[in-house]
Amino acid sequence: MQIYLPIAEVSVNAFLLLGLGGLVGVLSGMFGVGGGFLMTPLLFFIGIPPAVAVATEANQIVASSFSGVLAHLKRKTVDIKMGLVLQVGGLIGAVIGIQIFNYLKAIGQVDLLVMLSYVIFLGIIGTLMFFESLRAILRSRGGQAVPTRRRHNWVHNLPFKMKFRASGLYISAIPPIMVGVLVGVLAAIMGVGGGFIMVPAMIYVLGMPTKVVVGTSLFQIIITTAFTTMMHATTNYTVDIALAVLLLVGGVIGAQIGTRIGLKLKAEQLRILLALMVIAVCVKLGLDLLLMPSELYSLGEGGH
Amino acid sequence: MKRFFSLVAALVAFALPASAQQEGIVAGLSQNAVQITATFVGSEILIFGAVKRDAPAPAGDLGVVVVVEGPSDPITVRRKEKRMGIWVNTDAVEVEAAPSFYAIATSAPFDEIISPELNRERDISIPESVRILEDETATDTESFAEAVIRIRSKAGLYMINEGAVTMSEDTLFNTRIELPSNLTEGDYQARIYLTRGGELVAEHSASIDVRKVGLERWLYNLAHEQAFLYGLMSLAIAIAAGWGASAFFRVFLRS
Repeated sequence: MQIYLPIAEVSVNAFLLLGLGGLVGVLSGMFGVGGGFLMTPLLFFIGIPPAVAVATEANQIVASSFSGVLAHLKRKTVDIKMGLVLQVGGLIGAVIGIQIFNYLKAIGQVDLLVMLSYVIFLGIIGTLMFFESLRAILRSRGGQAVPTRRRHNWVHNLPFKMKFRASGLYISAIPPIMVGVLVGVLAAIMGVGGGFIMVPAMIYVLGMPTKVVVGTSLFQIIITTAFTTMMHATTNYTVDIALAVLLLVGGVIGAQIGTRIGLKLKAEQLRILLALMVIAVCVKLGLDLLLMPSELYSLGEGGH
Repeated sequence: MKRFFSLVAALVAFALPASAQQEGIVAGLSQNAVQITATFVGSEILIFGAVKRDAPAPAGDLGVVVVVEGPSDPITVRRKEKRMGIWVNTDAVEVEAAPSFYAIATSAPFDEIISPELNRERDISIPESVRILEDETATDTESFAEAVIRIRSKAGLYMINEGAVTMSEDTLFNTRIELPSNLTEGDYQARIYLTRGGELVAEHSASIDVRKVGLERWLYNLAHEQAFLYGLMSLAIAIAAGWGASAFFRVFLRS
């Protein structure tokens, strides 16, 4: 069934969009990532203009994240307090990120710098995570109990300590805010939700239990993407509500399924799958830079 | 007397091309408005007409060219180049105006019925319709214009169908122009050129109003005129859907 999208001004197959939404929704519920990294290129591929794809994607992520968070809330696997602290950092980071973005734009070649740092960043995170979770799996196979990864590091020696009950942590508020700032900066520059960087940071830097991380990440993604949606809708008029509805119907159902799959997996299995996905995205971005594109030219909106 | 003859000769000489000009076009479109609804899958316009003559047909091959053109917009064309092993956008060229849609149908091969001068004067062919600003720094601006044509042709937005205009008895003609489903709205122009031996004899133009209607119209207007409200509505739908799916799974699957 073909549907003509009022803002994107193209005609697309409704069932294809429902399927795409569902697929990305499953990943979102499982790993606590928004899924924009995956959905946006897919939408480009089926002919949605990039500006509309990015803006509408943000709106769809609000829906699937909200669906996922509700499923997690019922299981008490959302650390709302931690989410709010991260959000404070995230907002500061977004403001800084927009300044950096404008500065880089002024000196030119912003895309390149961002892409390169993203590839390197994802590559390191993905690889480290992969080997860490592989070791954890091998250890548990060997009959030993998996040690709880709650070591004392520099994170525990900072002031302004707060109690995060859902995570079982008593740590300073500074590291979560710093993580939030970092993700906020990257999200503003890259135009993505930042779940990809947020999830590993919460596991390894903050030492949060993997199960709580997914729900908490989704919780803070809702606020970030809701803000992004409003920004796009009011300044660029690029949110396509018809496209969003088709994607989010699939997305919210997928998120419910994904959450249930995620809860059945062991923490280290979840981490290794996430690591593989991070590496896959990194390889994809890397290939985009290295391989000769089939079309060297691209069309963009006119005017300066 | 001699002067009289020369005057007659001059009159005759003037009158001959003048009689050629007496050919005209009478034409019609199967529809002069295209409505884009939620289930729009493209459309087809039938353009038909006749050559009107006051005198017997003059010499020279008759040609009919039909052009349907969408509204023009400026676009930025970027080109990737390999720098230090990776592909990055380097040069950019501003294309002053490129039509969002451009379809040509002719009754014979294009070059045979349109002279290069006429083509340039009336901007008939696809390359003529893409205008580039001349003061750009990039040296090979032509390859950027070619890229616009290549990309839009691939998307089914630019096309030329030589021989797609059917003529009968050198008088009646008709053709069909396919409008694809990825059409943007605006004022489209249908132009018909009648040529003899490559030179323009008569032309005719009509407008086609391509508009979104119904829900499409309402959403588009809301998004542009009440952007804040539209944004809130988008979020409300997202939240409601997220909650709805959660409630559905809780009630019906009890897990």
